[in-house]
Amino acid sequence: MEATTATLLRPLGLLAELTHRCPLGCPYCSNPVALEQRADELDTATWARVFGEAAALGVLQVHLSGGEPAARADLAKITAAARQAGLYTNLITSAVGLSAQRLAALAQAGLDHVQISIQDSDPASADLIAGYEGAFARKRALCAAVVELGLPLTVNAVVHRANIERIGEMVEQAVRLGASRVEIAHVQYYGWAIPNRAMLMPTEEQVARAREEVEALRGRHHGIIVIDAVVPDYYARYPKPCLGGWGRRSLNVTPSGKVLPCHAAESIPGLEFWSVRAHSLADIWRHSPAFNAFRGTAWMQEPCASCPRRFEDFGGCRCQAFALLGEARATDPVCQLSPRHELLAKLAQERRDAPYVYRRLTRDPQKTQMVSEGVAERVIPGTDAT
Amino acid sequence: MTDPPQALPADARPRLPRGVRLVDNAAQGGLVLLAPERVFKPDAIAAEILKRCTGEATLAAIVDELATTYQAPRERILADVSILLRSLADKKLLEL
Repeated sequence: MEATTATLLRPLGLLAELTHRCPLGCPYCSNPVALEQRADELDTATWARVFGEAAALGVLQVHLSGGEPAARADLAKITAAARQAGLYTNLITSAVGLSAQRLAALAQAGLDHVQISIQDSDPASADLIAGYEGAFARKRALCAAVVELGLPLTVNAVVHRANIERIGEMVEQAVRLGASRVEIAHVQYYGWAIPNRAMLMPTEEQVARAREEVEALRGRHHGIIVIDAVVPDYYARYPKPCLGGWGRRSLNVTPSGKVLPCHAAESIPGLEFWSVRAHSLADIWRHSPAFNAFRGTAWMQEPCASCPRRFEDFGGCRCQAFALLGEARATDPVCQLSPRHELLAKLAQERRDAPYVYRRLTRDPQKTQMVSEGVAERVIPGTDAT
Repeated sequence: MTDPPQALPADARPRLPRGVRLVDNAAQGGLVLLAPERVFKPDAIAAEILKRCTGEATLAAIVDELATTYQAPRERILADVSILLRSLADKKLLEL
């Protein structure tokens, strides 16, 4: 009926999760709670094929991510393959496990840009959040190496209750580290952040102050550093247009080759994901059931179905609708028009100072499974909240 | 909080910094400016300006050439080019 809204666009970006292995344990990691194993990872040649198919499909940028992408010994070959395919090649790294020497090899291979996450401006707090002693010092050293090589650097500062009062310091730090861009990324509650929500959630006042502070910092650092912000949505009135709409602008390839519309899509049960091992990327983009499940507006229920904002925010985030309400087609409860909107305020008030549930990949798949089930029990609060 | 625009030096040689690339992409319908985690689709005029930001031509030379090519008043071209270059430089997409 609304065929124009479902018109197939060409994807712009591809998030390549090269591995789920990572030395850090950040409690807000966006990876799924059930992590993929090393033995299942795609090989170099398959990634090279995927990059070629991505470029042919219209993808302009590839984000080499993980886990920690440097956990792959073939990272330089993968980088070269992405660049040879004509893609703008961005490395998203924790900096742990990547030496200055290996970084130089990546630059040689054609790497365009590096993004390094920092956990806090305070070293002890940063290491505690990362669950890794000495992580902060390594990050600082790798930032210096990036700048020395002449590569552009983005510092990604993930913000939550433990560090939200130090946004200004984190921006100052990014300037000192030589970054040309800093992301103030409030935690989004997916993956490992869901079982850690009570420990991470800031107060509404803190979020309001943070928003004002970012505006002031933009004025102060105009022309020095670009400040981008990912806003937290539990206190918002309208939902975010997740990745610009389902299956509209980006693709995510998991370590084992499954292609997802977004990194959290596997949290929605019943979706059929196709793998690059069996299908071309173009075939997946056009025909995979998971990509078509929430494209356009035909799948919507009220109040989304007749809402004038449906072409702007596409009903918000499907993964969040499922995680919080148990129903992927529901209006994202962030929206004030959702009949379940009050649930967000209730969940945001469940703040607790307790140890984080660190993200860990166990070698034993059985164990990983158990962790994920244990978490799942605590994750689905929606059902009793009506 | 933006400062009032300053005149750009005529001998500036604008160039795209490392990590910013102007590429021609058939699938996306022409020139696109690729930058750290961002993609810009320049309009026809911006594309003509960006193509000349190679670090070789001076601002004065770029403006002269565009004024001749488009048979437009030089002051107007200079104003348009300056606004675009300043805005790109503020976003770290151009070095002056």
